[in-house]
Amino acid sequence: MAVEVPVQPATLSNEEILRYSRHLIMPEVGMEGQLKLKNASVLLVGTGGLGAPLGLYLAAAGVGRIGLVDFDIVDYTNLQRQVIHGTKDVGRKKLDSAADRMTDINPHVRIDRHEVALTSENALQIIKDYDFVVDGTDNFPTRYLVNDACVLSGKPNVYGSIFRFEGQSTIFAYPGGPCYRCLYPEPPPPGLVPSCAEGGVLGILPGMIGIVQATETVKLILGVGELLVGRLLLYDALNMRFRELKLRRDPECPVCGDHRTITKLIDYEQFCGIPAQPEVAAEVPGDIDPTDVKQKMDRGDEFILIDVREPHEYQICSIPGARLIPLGELPKRVNELNSADDIIAHCKSGMRSAKAVDFLRQAGFRKVRNMKGGILAWSDQVDPRVPKY
Amino acid sequence: MAKILIPTPLRQFVEKQDSVEVSGATVGELLSGLTEKYQDLRRHLFNDQGKLRSFVNVYVNDEDIRYLGKDATPVKEGDTVTIVPSIAGGSHGS
Repeated sequence: MAVEVPVQPATLSNEEILRYSRHLIMPEVGMEGQLKLKNASVLLVGTGGLGAPLGLYLAAAGVGRIGLVDFDIVDYTNLQRQVIHGTKDVGRKKLDSAADRMTDINPHVRIDRHEVALTSENALQIIKDYDFVVDGTDNFPTRYLVNDACVLSGKPNVYGSIFRFEGQSTIFAYPGGPCYRCLYPEPPPPGLVPSCAEGGVLGILPGMIGIVQATETVKLILGVGELLVGRLLLYDALNMRFRELKLRRDPECPVCGDHRTITKLIDYEQFCGIPAQPEVAAEVPGDIDPTDVKQKMDRGDEFILIDVREPHEYQICSIPGARLIPLGELPKRVNELNSADDIIAHCKSGMRSAKAVDFLRQAGFRKVRNMKGGILAWSDQVDPRVPKY
Repeated sequence: MAKILIPTPLRQFVEKQDSVEVSGATVGELLSGLTEKYQDLRRHLFNDQGKLRSFVNVYVNDEDIRYLGKDATPVKEGDTVTIVPSIAGGSHGS
């Protein structure tokens, strides 16, 4: 069963005919295909790493209406991969920056801005006005939300996901095909799988995966070629390999299977095990501010400062006198520390060092504290010469 | 011997290798061998009950073992076993 995009009576202007001439002379697109593109509507969830190439190419290809969902602001760390935004856009809303760039590429495209976080309350309402959905989000709760909303609305979901040097792509919720829950019934518990912010990502990687998604979106609209349905494409940039795995609809799937138990959107934060109140905000007794650490240094207090980041992070910046013991090595190297010493641990933002402090306390260390906010806070509060990354 | 392809997020637990050769007649035996050798990997693949976690899929060549014989899926000499965990990265990452 194919998803048909109706060809409405519309025509192309002479300017558009010239613009799309490389499409029009191909029989697989032609005038009919180009009009399908013009009459189609696509919702891009996220205008970041994956959304950037998607937005650029879908606008250039002449998709008539493109909805963008984002509520983020462009910052400097985005520019290494989010090529739809430029240096001049830092501080602007991603929606505005992306829409301006897309309109510059193709003023014939209508762009709908949804300046919201997609939630269980608004997802079905937003999705219903589009033919197809493209998932370029960066977290598990939104991935499951987009999946379930697409299945419930009967809209194909062009999926892409990236981590460091590796990407995955496929089409979910195509009629008769599998959904995200068929592939992964449940998300990993928080903290077990690092995010891109923690794990890093090769800036070009979302380009490759986003373009796979854009290609499949255009094929869905045109109704040509063999779609990436029932196949999971894996891309390994480090070894430059594409592989393909079989993907099946799970008859037991709770949302698209034969005996469905999920018939409306649920609480996805809860489903993904994320507490309603973020744990990070909780004040742990014994935490210490960077300014207090600096005062201790200036007073000449005896204490050990350990840096639990990775060696390649230590190369970017470090606090003078800090000893590097990466969190993963701490259990093996705990004998390098003396439990009688006054110890302060720090990392980039305070999350990993909190784990280090927990570990050391369980190992019998009494005088161990976490430096709040990590080296980022040190840069803000103590020494702005320390670069933030 | 069969080759097990290790995905990026799990390479830190296998001395940063992208593949590991392990011997065994079934997927279950291979994964036991792998996690005996690299014990830190164990909790990332299996839950407390020793069952494969539901956000980790295992394929023999291009087929998901859930649709073959699960742990008992036979593995022949020269087969490739791929571990594919769920990854979510995409948009912000900032």
